[in-house]
Amino acid sequence: MKVGLFIPCYVDQFYPKVAVATLELLEKLGCEVIFPLNQTCCGQPMANSGFASLSEGCDKNFVANFGAVDYIVSPSGSCVLHLKEHLHDQDEIKASNIRKHIYELTEFIVDILKVENITASFPHKVGMHISCHGQRGLHLSSMSELSAPSFSKPAYLLNRVKGLELSDPKRVDECCGFGGTFCVFEEAVSVKMGKDRITEHAMNQVEYITGVDVSCLMHLEGILKRQGSKVKTIHIAEILNSD
Amino acid sequence: MNPKNFNRLFFEPIQAATLSHSAAAEIFNKDEARTDWHDETLWFVREKRDKAVKQISEWEQLRTLGSDIKDHTLSNLDNYLTEFEKNAQANGIKIHWAIDAEEHNEIILRIIREQKVQQVVKSKSMLTEECHLNDFLAQRGVEVVDTDLGERIVQFRNEPPSHIVLPAIHLKKQDVSETFHEHLGTEKGNNDPQYLTEAARQHLREKFIESQLAITGVNFAIASTGGFVVCTNEGNADMGAHAAKIHIACMGIEKIIPKVEHLGVFLRLLARSATGQPITTYSSHFHQPRVGQQMHIIIVDNGRTKQLGRPDFRSSLKCIRCAACFNTCPVYRRSGGHSYHTAVAGPIGSILNPNLDMKANADLPFASTLCGSCSNVCPVKIDIHVQLYKWRQELVSEGYTATGKKVAMKGMAFVLSHPSIYRITGKMARWMMRAFPFILNNKSINPWYKQREMPEAPKQSFRDWYKKNKQ
Amino acid sequence: MSSREKILGAISTNKPALIELPVIDIKSTSNLAADWVEQFIKILESIGGTVIQLSSIDLIKKEIQQAKIGGEYIVNTLPILGEVNTEINSTMEASLLETVDRAYIEGSLGVAENGSVWLYEHQIKNRLLPFICQHLVICLNTNKIVPNLHEAYKQIDVAKEGYGVFLAGPSKTADIEQSLVIGAHGARSLLVYLISE
Repeated sequence: MKVGLFIPCYVDQFYPKVAVATLELLEKLGCEVIFPLNQTCCGQPMANSGFASLSEGCDKNFVANFGAVDYIVSPSGSCVLHLKEHLHDQDEIKASNIRKHIYELTEFIVDILKVENITASFPHKVGMHISCHGQRGLHLSSMSELSAPSFSKPAYLLNRVKGLELSDPKRVDECCGFGGTFCVFEEAVSVKMGKDRITEHAMNQVEYITGVDVSCLMHLEGILKRQGSKVKTIHIAEILNSD
Repeated sequence: MNPKNFNRLFFEPIQAATLSHSAAAEIFNKDEARTDWHDETLWFVREKRDKAVKQISEWEQLRTLGSDIKDHTLSNLDNYLTEFEKNAQANGIKIHWAIDAEEHNEIILRIIREQKVQQVVKSKSMLTEECHLNDFLAQRGVEVVDTDLGERIVQFRNEPPSHIVLPAIHLKKQDVSETFHEHLGTEKGNNDPQYLTEAARQHLREKFIESQLAITGVNFAIASTGGFVVCTNEGNADMGAHAAKIHIACMGIEKIIPKVEHLGVFLRLLARSATGQPITTYSSHFHQPRVGQQMHIIIVDNGRTKQLGRPDFRSSLKCIRCAACFNTCPVYRRSGGHSYHTAVAGPIGSILNPNLDMKANADLPFASTLCGSCSNVCPVKIDIHVQLYKWRQELVSEGYTATGKKVAMKGMAFVLSHPSIYRITGKMARWMMRAFPFILNNKSINPWYKQREMPEAPKQSFRDWYKKNKQ
Repeated sequence: MSSREKILGAISTNKPALIELPVIDIKSTSNLAADWVEQFIKILESIGGTVIQLSSIDLIKKEIQQAKIGGEYIVNTLPILGEVNTEINSTMEASLLETVDRAYIEGSLGVAENGSVWLYEHQIKNRLLPFICQHLVICLNTNKIVPNLHEAYKQIDVAKEGYGVFLAGPSKTADIEQSLVIGAHGARSLLVYLISE
């Protein structure tokens, strides 16, 4: 299976180990992974700020890089959701094809690769942070507001990791407060939301907080470090890729 | 550049003199304990809603019905309004049409003067808040007594309500006790809600009996019969309307529903979504004035027809004012209704208000992380978070954005469309962060750094690693 | 152009193409009348009401007699319960109604899913009565309980009279720091006698 790896801009620049883990994990699971070298970004930072009108160049670059693979996989729920909902290009056929074949990592592993066994080992207490766009946008897990059967693709995988003790915070799917440029333009509320998530995870005495979006984790990590906390954040790809 | 101006240029959109949501929210959050209390109180209401909803196995079906009935109604609104008018008039109700807030207020004033009304009581009506009716009448020597307990409390305190269903949710018992001690002479320091409510009951009972005019809102107006429904828990709308010799009911054009049977759907959705109750204590159905009474309905536009003409945003008119979106919104809970500086706050307010005044409300669609929880709790399935995103595009294209932001975004778009420039920029940024950390580790220049550490800046990007190890 | 014309004109121009009206097709979760009665009682009690099941009205008649002797201003509107208070009519002044301690009225039907009772204007005699009295008592036949509001609306005609109300429990508020207080502006208590003949 030929998979084009899309690495969000800030992951490429600031959390390359998440990208490495994603690539290694996909290869372990039998995929041929290609990393188009001229990719940059999904365009979300501009679009969510009201400047979707400026994303033409960014979109064009994305289509040029990813027009020719069967699947595109990314360790980011929000970037994948954004592309699925908003990617357009002069070559609309290519753009439409991308929108139909782009997946967040855990949904790709569960729904497409249909993996049931994970060989990873991560003997630690881990708190599950549910990232909003992956959850409510990509339906990676059920939503607390809706009357519907409960499920979670990320938790399905984490529960198969040896030694891992997974816990949920009290408010199972409340937003962490990152929200893109919201994190600086509404700094007070953003940080308060992050602190509250951390407080709930701390009640479960977790060693790590994990999720499918580095953006959420980066924001929580910033607060944890400022607090001098021993709790660390880790992307789900790194857990699933661990030996 | 002075850091204060830098912040203002980049972070404050151009708008009127009131505090922007983010500035007001920052002040709100300075009292962290109080923020926690406000947040937990409203989360509790969200949990009550969840509990009520899970008892109705057909809940999602009801939401779809509510949404579809409202969608249909909006597509036939003019015919339903004329049908409603005809039927209401045949029942002896006087119908008035007001194009805007001012006309709405003038109509009420005219009735007050013509009928020589001395005392006025008003039950909860967000429309009258939107029109600033109380202030308008006060300036012309007419005192209006708000009779919903929460509204009476904030009226005494001279502040606006902070929540459309729970007007005084931002106040603690002690605050109410102080206010009642000042205005009603209750015991100083007695915070018992039972005691305070009893004092309000006695005080307002007099007002109900003495008043000649009762103003109410309208929860639902039925086209096929010309009647309307008013829902309360306290009974204040009825105490006012059935005692007064004149009853004026104020409604936005979007309150219409086609038939009586549709009330079954909406009344099942409303209270469960709002407070987790199966129904409000009173769901009063008005069709005719009582013998000897005058009944008026004012049908108000005030920007609603304009919203109707916006394909992306017209479905916001389906709103039944339950405030479920407020209660679930993590931003609302941690910033309070007053930080939205409008009559209707919260997520729904953020998609309704820009239509009324883009300049004054340019900040509201950005007071959100677009988490999507609001859309899930909306009983009529308004895609609130999608509209928040779309309003952002609209506001930017209309020019309601800080210059600095525009410049930064153009720069970002340029960098991200040119792969080699992106790579160089990224490399430089990381190098600078490692070599000169104090540039970004600066609370007055970098808002991120106020309460968070910056991420580490690695020497290699992923692409660098990939080229070295995989190619 | 009048405001009316302006508004209707604007709507006509701005409204979207006609969208179909859906059909309401909700099935109740139980077809057993006994279930409905049980649910009605459970819900009404959970929202602050009291329900007493009786097989005869004798107890109520006695209760009214005793209360009237006791000096309370009791209003009875049901002829089968004894003497009816004829002074209560639609034009009675609020200042007089204000002194009513307890009112006995008849309900038309009860809704199981939310514990509410439908009252027609002719049953309450004066629109203010069920609100302004201190305590309210409703007499309702057990066989008049329907499962949900959809059923209720099929059986009542809300436009038949000038006023009607679904009344569910005593008046209440939680406006002071979310503490529930029973007895706001309307009646302080609600007692429903469910009578099976």
